[in-house]
Amino acid sequence: MSTTPSDYLEFVNISKQFPGVLALSEITFGVPSGSVRALVGENGAGKSTLLKILSGAHPPTTGHIRIDGREILFENTSQAIDAGIAVIYQELQLVPELSIAENIYLGHLPTGAVFVNHRQLWDMTRKSMDLVGLGDVSPGTKVGRLSIGQRQMVEIAKALTRNAKIIAFDEPTSSLSSRETDVLFGIIRKLREQGKVIFYVSHRLEEIFEICDSVTVFRDGNHIRTTRTMEGLTRDAIVKDMVGREINDIYRYQPRPLGDVALRVKDVIGPGLASPVSFEVKKGEIVGCFGLVGAGRTELMRLLFGVVPREGGTVEMSGEAVTIHDPTDAIRQGLMLCPEDRKKEGIIPGLSVQENTNISARRHHKRLGFLDQHWEYTNVMERIRELGIKTPSQRQLVKNLSGGNQQKVILARWLAEKIRVLLLDEPPRGIDVVAKSEIYAIIYRLAAEGIGIVAVSSELPEVLGIADRSLVFCEGELVGEVLRADATPEKVLSMALPRESNHARAGDAVTKGSA
Amino acid sequence: MSATTVQKKQSSMAKTIWLDYGMIVILVILAIVCGVFVPGFASSFNMKSLALAVSMTGMVACTMMLVLASGNFDMSCGAVIACSGVVAAVVINKTSPSLGAMSVYAGIAMALLVGLIVGLVNGMVIAYAKINALITTLATMQITRGMGYIIGDGRAVGIVQEGFFKLGTGSWLHVPIPVYITIICFIVAGIVLEKTAFGRNTLAIGGNEEAANLSGIRVSKHKLKLFVFHGLMAAFAGVVLASRMTSGQPMTSQGFELDVISACVLGGISMAGGIASIWFAVAGVLIMGIVQNSMNLMNVPTFYQYVARGLILLLAVIFDRYKQRR
Repeated sequence: MSTTPSDYLEFVNISKQFPGVLALSEITFGVPSGSVRALVGENGAGKSTLLKILSGAHPPTTGHIRIDGREILFENTSQAIDAGIAVIYQELQLVPELSIAENIYLGHLPTGAVFVNHRQLWDMTRKSMDLVGLGDVSPGTKVGRLSIGQRQMVEIAKALTRNAKIIAFDEPTSSLSSRETDVLFGIIRKLREQGKVIFYVSHRLEEIFEICDSVTVFRDGNHIRTTRTMEGLTRDAIVKDMVGREINDIYRYQPRPLGDVALRVKDVIGPGLASPVSFEVKKGEIVGCFGLVGAGRTELMRLLFGVVPREGGTVEMSGEAVTIHDPTDAIRQGLMLCPEDRKKEGIIPGLSVQENTNISARRHHKRLGFLDQHWEYTNVMERIRELGIKTPSQRQLVKNLSGGNQQKVILARWLAEKIRVLLLDEPPRGIDVVAKSEIYAIIYRLAAEGIGIVAVSSELPEVLGIADRSLVFCEGELVGEVLRADATPEKVLSMALPRESNHARAGDAVTKGSA
Repeated sequence: MSATTVQKKQSSMAKTIWLDYGMIVILVILAIVCGVFVPGFASSFNMKSLALAVSMTGMVACTMMLVLASGNFDMSCGAVIACSGVVAAVVINKTSPSLGAMSVYAGIAMALLVGLIVGLVNGMVIAYAKINALITTLATMQITRGMGYIIGDGRAVGIVQEGFFKLGTGSWLHVPIPVYITIICFIVAGIVLEKTAFGRNTLAIGGNEEAANLSGIRVSKHKLKLFVFHGLMAAFAGVVLASRMTSGQPMTSQGFELDVISACVLGGISMAGGIASIWFAVAGVLIMGIVQNSMNLMNVPTFYQYVARGLILLLAVIFDRYKQRR
């Protein structure tokens, strides 16, 4: 059983349905007081959704939360805060321009008749700052001046002043130094002694073995298992639980003959990358890029496409060096990108399917700046037919299409161009299975035409399902390359998971719990 | 197809027509109502003065439409009108002894140069330094206004070349020349917006700047061009106005930029960018013009006119907001 009567906090049959996606499916598990529970799972496994439900940001579709045996339903985040719940997100919720004291007591500053009582405020703040190891910092310091680690401590102090009984940390160490991590772990242990319930979300499994008492594994919105102890657990066992599923055949992979090198990237470096990246893509080859969120894959795509200037390195296409300063240069060279965030960077929602499809390729067809109306119409109709875009007419506004069809419109944009290399950043994110397999079919067809394809994905089965070869990224570094024949989910995920916290990646550190 | 889907389709078509041409419908109704109820509104004399009154706003609304469509903003156009008019007047007067009638062209050229420079500065600062358009153009507005006063020595500058006055005061077939100019501007701007890649890219930038950038549109360069065109248009309007007033006046057209923006937004051009049509601009400019003209005819005191125009604009932006949510 996943819950026992002694559990202080219980999730009972929690499900969360988003449009088109079941993010959580009947999650039931409990946590006793005075313990640290790890929540692990791949990207999109449901951890964040669960935290959002706990914090009152999203109501569950079905199910409820029980605290100390009482059923509770939060309608908003302030109710959750009043009930003693604090969720400390990766992006901290602090106001940099305000002082530590003001941040901690934001919303309920102690006031005299009219003005804020600063003496009282500072005294109160000092007490909570001592608890989190910030005793030597003045409460009047602006938060913007603190290090990321110190800010995290302020966030924890804020949670403590609100008498939080349940504290969740979402990837807390991703930007901490090793000393700061030690301080954080010290605080977490102290909180545990005080009988708090702690959730600890992290991709760094070593840390989980160090600080957590038990672990709950999620996969595809399902609760896979909850252990009551870390004893007997190994890193490999957890990874296996995280991966678990069979790769079903929506991918319909077909091998293709490969040609010469289409894209050669050499020592490219820039924002978001920790070390220079080099790789090659052959004509007709599909190269997958896997990594956890923040591994640097999207940043690499943006560097290659010229969205963000490179700080170094060279790019060759078909054996010739190319200069790419901006996306326009990239497109002229036949290097195209379908961006990650469809809504933010892909579609122009208020314009029609025709406008969105023709936006780039029309430059080959305009005369003296005037649009070639005949081409405008025939091109969009051809793409709608070719890609099976479901739209009542070419005049329909793109925002009214489904996610899958919007994705096809973004692909359609490039199909009237001479593509040499296509960069796809999370091609089928957030769309249903049928649309997904249609997009894969298009990818195979383009590859068969001799286009080199780089497909970024944070969904492991997708990368393994479509790629001839996969590049694995971890914390801004290209950590390895796996051929399709050798690519097992365990192997790839294990490469993508950070080995040791704090950048000192000392070889193959294996498990701590099993020793 | 079943009956209900046909109905649905028809109702959505009616909605589209309403959203695209609703303001034109309102304009026509307003014109008829004013024609019936406002004494003297439909007279040919009043029609002529109405057309002349909206011609200035109309011209500048054409490029303002494009600027707004790209998600930008320009507060400096009123000051450009004043400054370019003064520059035209001063240059014509100074070169008249040596160039004679040709001095008119020198004056117009220098006036347009004022618009070009202000447009370039606005465009460079907004597109390349990525400074907020409102603040940037507020600054250039004050600089340009100040330059107008400096060049004109704080006073209206009477123009000595009478040939220059034809542009603003002449007429053909009983219709004033500025009205023809405005009609041509509307047609050209309409064609640019609908039929050229430049116009479509403008809407794309306003609709989603990042997506436009990733689609290979050079966004910064494009914005620079927009501000340059807009500056040139405002300067040209300044020349026409100076010709009408037979002098360059540094204090003229205060708050003109707000009239133009109000008219555009009233017509349905989105302040957020991405939604524009020349019909919106035409409707907005004419509705504003008719309301003001009718209030004048009915002897509504100026103070009340301000209140009425403000209320109309407020209603229009709420309407705009509602449209975006559709």
